[in-house]
This record gives sequence, structure tokens and C-alpha cells, in this order.
Amino acid sequence: MTDARQGLSGLLDTEAIRKDFPILDRTVHDGKKLVYLDSAATSQKPRQVLDALNEYYERHNANVHRGVYTIAEEATALYEGARDKVAAFINAPSRNEVIFTKNASESLNLVANMLGWADEPYRVDSDTEIVTTEMEHHSNIVPWQLLSQRTGAKLKWFGITDDGRLDLSDIDEVITEKTKIVTLTLVSNIMGTINPVEKIIRRAQQVGALVCVDASQAAPHMVLDVQALQADFVAFTGHKMVGPTGIGVLWGRQELLEDLPPFLGGGEMIETVSMHSSTYAPAPHKFEAGTPPIAQAVGLGAAVDYLSAIGMENIHHHEQAITAYAVKRLLEVPDLRIIGPATAEDRGATISFTLGDIHPHDVGQVLDEQGIAVRVGHHCARPVCLRYGIPATTRASFYLYSTPAEVDALVDGLEHVRNFFG
Amino acid sequence: MKLDSMYQEVILDHYKHPHGRGLRDGDAEVHHVNPTCGDEITLRVKYDGETIADVSYEGQGCSISQASASVLNDLLVGKELGEAHKIQEAFLELMQSKGQLEPDETMEELLEDAVAFAGVSKYPARVKCALLSWMAWKDATAQALSEGKTA
Repeated sequence: MTDARQGLSGLLDTEAIRKDFPILDRTVHDGKKLVYLDSAATSQKPRQVLDALNEYYERHNANVHRGVYTIAEEATALYEGARDKVAAFINAPSRNEVIFTKNASESLNLVANMLGWADEPYRVDSDTEIVTTEMEHHSNIVPWQLLSQRTGAKLKWFGITDDGRLDLSDIDEVITEKTKIVTLTLVSNIMGTINPVEKIIRRAQQVGALVCVDASQAAPHMVLDVQALQADFVAFTGHKMVGPTGIGVLWGRQELLEDLPPFLGGGEMIETVSMHSSTYAPAPHKFEAGTPPIAQAVGLGAAVDYLSAIGMENIHHHEQAITAYAVKRLLEVPDLRIIGPATAEDRGATISFTLGDIHPHDVGQVLDEQGIAVRVGHHCARPVCLRYGIPATTRASFYLYSTPAEVDALVDGLEHVRNFFG
Repeated sequence: MKLDSMYQEVILDHYKHPHGRGLRDGDAEVHHVNPTCGDEITLRVKYDGETIADVSYEGQGCSISQASASVLNDLLVGKELGEAHKIQEAFLELMQSKGQLEPDETMEELLEDAVAFAGVSKYPARVKCALLSWMAWKDATAQALSEGKTA
């Protein structure tokens, strides 16, 4: 153990936690231990979640909300039980405010489409403005560009500062009486920045605009309380929070979900259907057309149980300790430049960097040879790369199972990269 | 080490000392990107009748994509269009071989330094890097020809 690793406080018992994640035992490239540092892309899954998926398919599989037979009732209870778990996890006032989608992208597209088809006072049209930020994942940019192109609404942006923070100096000019919706990320997926959303929400409330928060990189890592947050919509995805792929969540305030029109039509979301017209089921079902991702929702429920048992506060403290250590160690690597906050304050456990002139692709390839999995590229946040005049970054991201030893492995690996291309 | 099969000395040499880099006069210009990683290349072709008078380029990307553009410049400038297409097709075949193709003598003669990329074909994520400049060249050539500037 290096000296610097001693005295790290707030760490979880990763030895015990890692036993829950079978994949973390894997080796790659002729026996190299897998060092998985790409949890911001997707997290690994604990046995508890894998077992829940398996048990669902082996014991309870049936379509939901239809059959009167035993296993159909069981499947429905499990699916709706997962909704209860998610509602409790985010402190939603009502379980009916939790809509299951296939991922955060679908959740954000759903909000954009609700507003595009809505009547007044929510309707986004050519007289109105949409506000987002330069820091967003493409999934919180493109749906709004589409909405803007289709409705003629103006798309406005908050910029970012040199040190990877949102530039709110022009907040009163960006969010105005014309603003209908402000949509932004709680935690940047490329820089790890935790954004001061309260300030933005206050301003949005002053002008009567709705606020949509992309919590994809927040929900897995910290306490997410939608009531405390005071946003109108919150989107996140299951697979980044130890759940399966194929399940996402949109939380929305109940009165909005009652007022806003459905987007996808089909089975499950209706009340009555005739050839002339249909009436819709109340939320959340109004927004869940077709057979939903049942097993995946059940898996997400198990993921929420898993995270809650460890405690989101504890997970957050663990990641803060790992992040502080990682920032410190990475800054010791010659020619390494952190893109985003170069301190551990107000940031999550995702750190992007460049290494001299060595392209991130080459960095990632040489790290992979040592068993270290990082993400390279623009991380679906190309405007951030453009902002800093770089083609791409190497990104290391940590989670509840990450250890200081893995930070050391990364730093050693980067030394090897420098030698290889030196 | 496996990594050395990808990062051959020849490739690293071309990466560190690229041949023919920089944009010069051309008949057509294209800009190609690799959307998954952000590699970019702007490439111009200049034809003198059926002969490739110049391929000039500017771009940013990993060692593989940059070295590949350098090798392309070496191989194609001065060649007749028909020969150039043969080289391009051979390189494409090599890159799509998933590491299964052992270049024979004919291919080695045709591809010269470009056979060093054989190891890259084992890494699916990197094949696109190696092919970026070649696809750009093909596109630029098609544009130059359709504009009738090579007649």
C-alpha cells in the first residue's frame, strides 16, 4: 500500500462488496486482473440482481396487468413492486409518478414529446424557448434539437467555464419569460461536475418554466430526493445503478402527468378503445405503451434494494474518498491534464483527462492490455470536447466496488502508456 | 506481447513522422469523422488525368488513424487510378480479415508499409481508425471524378 492510500476515510468494505459482483473476478489478456473503471458507461451487476432476473424468468414469467392466473398476478405484483421500490428510493410523493422506460434517453425523449404535443400552458412552440447546457450528454441535447426544429422553439444554452463548471453568470438572460423548459444534467457524464441545479430551478420557477433533470450519473451515486430537488421531471437509467439494461425511469410531478398527452400509443396505456377514438389510462400507465420491460424492472427493484442496503450516503462517501485520491494521484502523472474540475469538490467519481499528445484511443488500448478498462472518446458529450479544443478524452469512473488499489493500477498503467509512446 | 502486433514500429514511425501531411491544392475535399471516437480527417485529392498527383490531409486522431493516412499518401501518390483502387481494395480486405489473413507476396508488394496494419484487424474497435483516411480518399476521388475535373 502506498503512503497516500493510508488514512483514506469513508471507504466501504470493498472486499465484501466485490464478492457480490462475479465479473470483478475475471481476468483478461492472459491472466491480468480486470480493473473496471467504466462504471459511468455501465455499472457491473451484483449476484442479487442477476438472481432476481433469473428467479423472475424461472418462477414468475407472465405478461403483466392482463392474466387472472397465478403467475400473471405474481408478475404484476413484482413489476408494480419494483415501481414502489423506485418511488421510495427517490422519495417520490406518489408511486404513480414513476414511469418505466427503456433508458434515460427514452425518458428525456418522452418529456420532449409530451411538451411538443401538449396544449397550453405547456406547449412548446415558435414563440417559446428551450434551455439546456453545453455539458449535456447527447441524449439531453438531440431530443431538444428535434423539438426545436419541429416547433420552431429557440434552443438556448448555458456555457461552461474553463474549470468545468456551468457558467451561470448570464442566468437571467438565458432563462426568460419565454422559457418553457429548462433541461440539464445533475452530474456531468464526462467531467463529473455536480451542478448547482437549485439555483437554476429557482430561476426557472420565477419565470414559470418547467425543469427536467437528467440524473443518470446522480441516481447511482448519491441520495436522489425528487421532493427536495423540486424539479418537474427527473430521468435516469437502471444499468448505471447496478440494474439490468433495458430499464429506465422518468419521474414527473403528478399534475403534469395528468395534463400532458401520451407519446407512444398501444396496449396497456388505454382505458377504452373504439375505431373512432380512445381514452387513456391514468399515469403512469398512460406513458407505458406495450408490454413493458418486466424482468428488467424487477431487476431494477433488486438493484435499488442492494444500493439501499449499503446506503446511498455511504456510497457517496466512498466515492468521494476514491475521487479525492484519484485526482491527487492522477495529477502526479506528467503531462496529464484533467478536463473538468481538478479538485474533489462538488464532483462525482468520473474523471476525464488527456495525456500529453497521446490520443485517448492509444491510451485506452495500452491500458486494456494491462487489464484496465476505461472509456475513450467524446463520451456522447462532443460539445464539451469542442469547448476545450480536444478531440477526445480518456475517462476513468469509479463506483461502490472501486478500490484505491485500482486507482494505483491506473496510474501505473498510464506510466506504461507514456513509456510506450515516449 | 500482443500489443506489439498492433503497434508495429512502422506504424509508430508513420505516426511520429507523418508523410505528406498538410492541406494542399486539390480537385475535391472531404471531411470524414469516426463518430464513436471523434477521429477526424480532412482530405484533398489532386488528379493529373488518371494519375494521382497528390493526396493531402489534415486531421486529428489516434496513432492508427494518423499513421494510416501517412501510409496512404506514400502508397497512392503517383499511382494510376486503377492501381490505386486495387491497393485500396487489398487494404480493405486485410483490415476486414479479423486477423485471419496472412498477407501473401502479391499483397505485400501491393501494400508495402500498409501490411503492418494486419495486426490492427484483430481489434474490431480500431479497424475503423485504420480505414478512416482510405474511405475519405475513396469518397474524395468519387467526387473529383463526378465533377469531371480529371477528364
